[in-house]
Amino acid sequence: MTRVFIARDAAALALGADAVAAALAPHATVVRTGSRGMHWLEPLVEVETPAGRIAYGPVDVADVPGLLAAGMLTGGAHALCLGVTEAIPFLARQTRLTFARCGVVDPLSLDDYRAHGGFIGLQKAIEAGAAATIDTVLKSGLRGRGGAGFPTGIKWKTTADAEGDRKYIVCNADEGDSGTFADRMLMEGDPFSLIEGMAIAGLSTGATKGYVYTRSEYPHAIATFDAALAVARAAGMLGPDVFGSGQTFDIEQRVGAGAYVCGEETALLESLEGKRGQVRAKPPLPAHKGLFGCPTVVNNVITLATVPCILRDGPEAYQAIGMGRSRGTMPIQLAGNVRFGGLFEAGFGVSLGDLVNDIGGGTLSGRPVRAVQVGGPLGAYFPPFLFDTPFDYEAFAARDGLIGHGGIVVFDDTVDLAKQARFAMEFCAAESCGKCTPCRIGSTRGMETMDKITAGTAVAANTALLRDLCHTMKFGSLCALGGFIPYPVLSALDHFPEDFRP
Amino acid sequence: MPVFESFNADRAADIIAAHAGREGASLPILHALQHAFGCVPSDAVPLVAKALNLSRAEVHGIVTFYHEFRRTPPGKHVLQLCRAEACQALGADRLAEAVRTRLGVDWHGTTEDGDVTLEPVFCLGLCSVGPAALLDGTPLARLNADKIVTALESAA
Ligand SMILES: Cc1cc2nc3c(=O)[nH]c(=O)nc-3n(C[C@H](O)[C@H](O)[C@H](O)COP(=O)(O)O)c2cc1C
Ligand code: SF4
Ligand code: FES
Repeated sequence: MTRVFIARDAAALALGADAVAAALAPHATVVRTGSRGMHWLEPLVEVETPAGRIAYGPVDVADVPGLLAAGMLTGGAHALCLGVTEAIPFLARQTRLTFARCGVVDPLSLDDYRAHGGFIGLQKAIEAGAAATIDTVLKSGLRGRGGAGFPTGIKWKTTADAEGDRKYIVCNADEGDSGTFADRMLMEGDPFSLIEGMAIAGLSTGATKGYVYTRSEYPHAIATFDAALAVARAAGMLGPDVFGSGQTFDIEQRVGAGAYVCGEETALLESLEGKRGQVRAKPPLPAHKGLFGCPTVVNNVITLATVPCILRDGPEAYQAIGMGRSRGTMPIQLAGNVRFGGLFEAGFGVSLGDLVNDIGGGTLSGRPVRAVQVGGPLGAYFPPFLFDTPFDYEAFAARDGLIGHGGIVVFDDTVDLAKQARFAMEFCAAESCGKCTPCRIGSTRGMETMDKITAGTAVAANTALLRDLCHTMKFGSLCALGGFIPYPVLSALDHFPEDFRP
Repeated sequence: MPVFESFNADRAADIIAAHAGREGASLPILHALQHAFGCVPSDAVPLVAKALNLSRAEVHGIVTFYHEFRRTPPGKHVLQLCRAEACQALGADRLAEAVRTRLGVDWHGTTEDGDVTLEPVFCLGLCSVGPAALLDGTPLARLNADKIVTALESAA
């Protein structure tokens, strides 16, 4: 029977992919994959033909009889036919390295994984040895994709050099930022790449145990990743002799419990230790004293899942892509009120305007774009006059923003930025771990002050107070929750002052 | 639809014992208790404290720190409605108002007939297809109030 591919990604499921798969099952061999990341086309059905995979979408279960009658299983013409999947402009314009397999392979098939370039990176790392592997990661210029952009190779080297009879690799899959879903998509669509990346990190730093801390809001990612761990273990990819290296490395997944601050690496470690997720003062760095006091690498899902292709293709190939000090590719997530929402992996340097208007197609509502928030709840709101900003860590910092984990949330002209600024303070108050005063108390004061401003009470004085409060939070907070909340608040105030007038 | 057991100290002790030997066992234990009983019953707190050699206050502190852990069992169905920015950009605030009015409950509340518990959630990773929700763990996208009502009816 002809093979058809339908995503089992949560976004595809939410749009009815299971019903479409069931309707096609009597007529074709249905392979469930991750998502290609073109979420406005989900459920997307791809048919294997001699000319390559032909895509149809978005397919409603009611469309299936008509599609079959039109000869879909041989790539027949139909209003929903999008042609060869890889030629769809949204995909053709990307540089897919981290997400090369996502949407293409059966996420739990080791054969698929191997057939698409899997495990070559790990094999090379074993042959090259620990020091050379870390050197390759350093040379690639890879920086952490969780938000802070810290060079991954340096983190690994610090952990490798640290004394300790037990070391850990901790993968941060807490992905709490609104507008982001790259970690989720990767764990649902290509979990072996994360396992391979963690194994490489383990072998090169001397860590024998890995933890993946996944947020509880991701039940599908949790299930797929646990299933992938079982497959990998049964095949000897994990355990006492990883891939014939003679070294031990195993991975366990742990599930969070709905606390945003547990995405902060030291709060995450506390949570893994079974405690309240309160932020630790640094130093000591986790690389020196991390989980249970042992040297620990904490890396984001995307950081770790990118390592295998760097090892496989060499650091030069990765480092050749990007701009400035931002090397390689970034899976950019287009979200909110956007026409073509989904995941777009590209080298750093694409302008924000190209991402929002050209690639994202502007708003879903068809109204003008008024603001975009980049980098999650701690990220700044950008107005269209700053859309020439290139997607790059330093360029965003220079404009008082951040790229964070790569999420872009689009708002149309019905947005009220004073309301968004208040929400930022409310979120901070709800999620503060309570360890330091500027964040714990300041966020509640900020909320109250915002309420006075929108009520028209002493607007000038209260606006000055709000700015002062933001200054205190920015410089007096222990971690970036309290420290960065001023970004959305001040950017809203600076770029959209009209929303703060009574 | 999840069916929860009523609290039973022996059963709780078994659940705790199954995880107590793990590194940093408290979160796995609390998740397992909530999975069985629909919440972390207050009668279970001293049992957890004893097994992990912690004080009751410490365990209480852990349970209350995390938004996910409930102190009472939910209704028959749990609707986790996203309130975060990307869903706000598509009218999540208005949607939430409509859902609260239709169900006659506030956040964390359960309808009078015990059918639905409404929980706020801050992002489900469905931000490209919002407004989004999870109904008993099933993802829902591009929501409006009618779609939610239909989903609740077919879940009943
Ligand atoms: C409040 C807060 C929330 C965070 N949430 C996440 C998260 O969900 N995922 C993540 O990878 N990093 C998150 N971070 C960043 C982590 O602290 C840390 O820098 C990161 O996990 C390191 O991995 P990387 O170097 O691979 O980016 C957060 C930081 C803060 C202050
Ligand atoms: S800034 Fe907020 S979240 Fe961070 S340590 Fe201080 S109180 Fe905790
Ligand atoms: S913001 Fe609602 S799913 Fe992410």
